[in-house]
Parts: sequence; structure tokens; C-alpha cells
Amino acid sequence: MIREAQHHFDVLVVGGGPAGMAAAARAAEYGIRVGIVDDNFRLGGQIWRGESEDKDKRNTEASKWAERLSTAGVTSLCGLRVVHQPAAGVLLAENLDGFCELTYEKLVLSTGARERFLPFPGWTLPNVMGVGGLQAMVKCGLPIRGKRVIVAGTGPLLLAVAAYLREHGAEIPLISEQASRGNLARFGIELLGWPAKIVQGIQLKRCLAGIPFTANSWPLAAHGEQTLKSVTVSRAGRVETIPCDYLACGFHLVPNIELPLLLGCAVGNGCVQVDDFQRTTAASIFCAGEPTSIGGVELASVEGQIAGLASAGRTAEARALFGERHKARRFAQLLDRTFRLRPELRSLPLPETVVCRCEDVSHSRLREHTSWHSAKLHTRCGMGPCQGRVCGPALQFLFKWKPDSVRPPVFPARVETLAATAGELNCSTAKG
Amino acid sequence: MPSQAMLNHVTLTVNGVPVVVQAASTVAVAMMIAGQACRTSVNGEPRGPLCGMGICFECCVTIDGKVHCRSCQVLCEQGMEVNTEK
Repeated sequence: MIREAQHHFDVLVVGGGPAGMAAAARAAEYGIRVGIVDDNFRLGGQIWRGESEDKDKRNTEASKWAERLSTAGVTSLCGLRVVHQPAAGVLLAENLDGFCELTYEKLVLSTGARERFLPFPGWTLPNVMGVGGLQAMVKCGLPIRGKRVIVAGTGPLLLAVAAYLREHGAEIPLISEQASRGNLARFGIELLGWPAKIVQGIQLKRCLAGIPFTANSWPLAAHGEQTLKSVTVSRAGRVETIPCDYLACGFHLVPNIELPLLLGCAVGNGCVQVDDFQRTTAASIFCAGEPTSIGGVELASVEGQIAGLASAGRTAEARALFGERHKARRFAQLLDRTFRLRPELRSLPLPETVVCRCEDVSHSRLREHTSWHSAKLHTRCGMGPCQGRVCGPALQFLFKWKPDSVRPPVFPARVETLAATAGELNCSTAKG
Repeated sequence: MPSQAMLNHVTLTVNGVPVVVQAASTVAVAMMIAGQACRTSVNGEPRGPLCGMGICFECCVTIDGKVHCRSCQVLCEQGMEVNTEK
């Protein structure tokens, strides 16, 4: 809902997950004007989806941060996505009904991460979804009781989501993890350095008791006509076909760096580069959480706090959190080593397998090209509405293609919204 | 007087057929409960939600005449008319 066509903030935070909520709360607690904008209809990001408003979960981290935001008087703008920067210090955002301009003195980008999807035959069938994707749908009302769900791909999300789905009545015939048994064993040993994670791990193990888990395993094909019926998996060298209602499949996470790139922030190794105070290379712009490295909720929260404090000019308070961040960053490196993709996954797509889902571009049409740019020009790969957010990370893995440059708008936007930036329209106040 | 059960539910139509969902469900969930594809791909394949978080655009539907709405980012409302995008 947009009430005014223009909002000005001392600190504006883009992205309302753990990093963004922490940044906004810490900055606003010093009495400055802070706003937080998020594309979703509620704050919490993906990991805390729905939790801050759940009365049974009043004492969670999510509800504590929600409470601090409200006490500190942070303006929450939900259901609003930032699409463009018409001028320095100005962001343009839109919802279903209209658009508005957001202006700021300091900006914190906490745009989170998305799942990495890899193509295999049948991955475009309805009911083949992301791991976090299916969990999000269940959190948003999808009945899952009695459904058979195969959970596949890689990363810690597989176990967490399998436990969540089972708790909500799903049957899980298999968790298929591509990482090797050796990598997972080393991960287990190194986890001993994080007592909180051990407790989480023990709780998780209890929730997962009796669910078949296979390392060195990945999906070969999903089968069905109009919707999913079964999945063929390679299971530590054996091939097996298992009937199911859903396949939840995601290959760990990739940072959402499109908006930071548009705003001129330097990126290295696919992550936004920041200094000790979470400052990016672009003036007055900070970045926190998954865009700087995939490190989970603890790292996101401490980075968010540092960014929020630093953006409010509280460098001493920010500095006090450096030690905590250092420890959390080591966990990010551990995740990266453990869940690195195995080369066998490059041979999953058949020639006719769709790689770019927006434009239905098959693997055989892409492999003739030597760069994503060339593939874009000839096949429209990555030029559909997702703007390469799904196929980009897959192409990077399959063909080692570098990501192409980002152009405005960073999300598809309506003509009225963009026309306003050209000065042809003033500001439209949205309904509702 | 509406019953408690009715207050906790919302009725909308998907491709003209009434669907009942829990209050606070997204339109993407309504599409899945109705067993309807959200959109038809360039080559005519049925597609449904993939990412669940507004990134992939596979769940785009037409809501009350507005085209290309990401159904996973919109909450169901009583009487909403939702259609698969061809």
C-alpha cells in the first residue's frame, strides 16, 4: 500500500529479512528517520516468513526484531519492490496499484539470496519447486499433510525444510544431497566449533529420524504429463524411480546482487564487496547479509546490525560487533566448501531440456554459444521477466559463462512507473 | 451469522471455478489447490510456482483483469477472479 508518492529517510533499508530488520532497528534506535522496504507482503524475509506475526512464536528472534522496529518507529513499506534508480539518492518502487519515490541520505542493501536452480529433464513440470520455494508455499497456506515430497539438491536448507514439511504432515521418501559423504563428515566435525549449531543439529536429527538420507545423490529426471508423478534419482551410484506429489529441489543459494550492481557497488566472486563497516564502494551505500556472502541468519543479523549502526554514524558501537561477525564468516566459508557443486550435475540436461524457463531456450541452442551475451542476442536466453535470475546461475555453472551486465529496471516495471522518471508524469498516488 | 469456519476461509475463482482457501493464503497456493497451471510457456507447456518468493515469474497470473501478477506475492481476497495466463 502506498500512502504518499514520496518518502524521505535518513536511512533507507532495502530488504526486510534478518539483515534488514537488524539494520533498520539499530539505526532507528538513535532517533533518526528510518524506512524499510520489501517486495514481500510482510517483513521477515524467507527464513522468518510469517514468524513475527505468529502468536505462538512470540519469543523468536523474528518477533524480537519486529518489536524493536515498531518501538523505534521504523516505517515499514511492504509489498513494494524497488525497480530503478532515476537519480543518485532516489529509488523508484512499485506495487500492484502504483509507484512511489524513496529518497535517502544513507542506504542499506539487504536484498538476501535466492535458490540456485539447475536444469534436468522435467524440472519445468508443475509441482517441481525450490526447496525454500515449497516451504514458502506451505507457510502461505498450501496443504501438505499426506503428500509425498522428495527433497533434493544441496545445502543445509534440505534438512531444515524436510523437517518442517514432515512436522506439517508430509511424507518424505528421500532426501537426496549431492555433496559427498566425506564433505558432509568434515562439515559435521567442523560444526563442533559452533555450539549453537550443534544444538540445532541435534534437534534437526530428532525431527528427521527415519527419513532416508543419501549423500552423493541427485535427481536425474522428473516425470509426468501435466504435473509431476515421479522422480528418477541417482542414489550413490544406483538409479531409482520414486513416485511423489512434489519435488523440492534447490542447489544452495546465490546472492541477490542485481540492485547493488545497478547502484554501482563493486562485486567480486558474485558477492558485494564491503569494508569493515559494511560500506560498499558506492558512496553512502551499505550492504549486509547474503549479498556479501552466503552465511546464514547469524551472519546476516550481525552484518545488518553493523550496517545499521555505521549508517547512523555509530562506529564505536558497530566496531564492538566485529568479533561476532568474524566467527559467523568462518561458517560461511565452511558452507561454501561443503556444498560445492559436483561436475556430474553439468551433464543432467538433455539437448531438449529447457534451461531458460522464461523464453523456453533449450540446452542444445545454448551450447553453440561462447558467452551469455551471445546467447542472449541469438536465443533471448535470460531476457524474459526473471531477467536471468533463474538461468543465470545455472549458465554460470553449466558453461562457466560470466553474468551479463545489469540494466534498469532491475525488475519488470510498468510503463507509467518508468515514464514518471522521464519527467512526463509527476507522482501518482496509489489507491488503497 | 457467518460461522467461524467461514471467517477463516476465502472464496475466489480460478479460471471461473470457485476455490476455497484458508485466509492469508497466497494466490499461488489457490492455483495449486485448484490444480491449475499459472501460465503457459512460450512452447505451450503448463508452468506453476518455482521459487515461491517473487523472483522467477513462473507463477504469473491475471488477477481481476491485471496481467502478469506474481501470484506468490499476492494474498487471496474474497471474490477475486484469477485466470491462467496463456
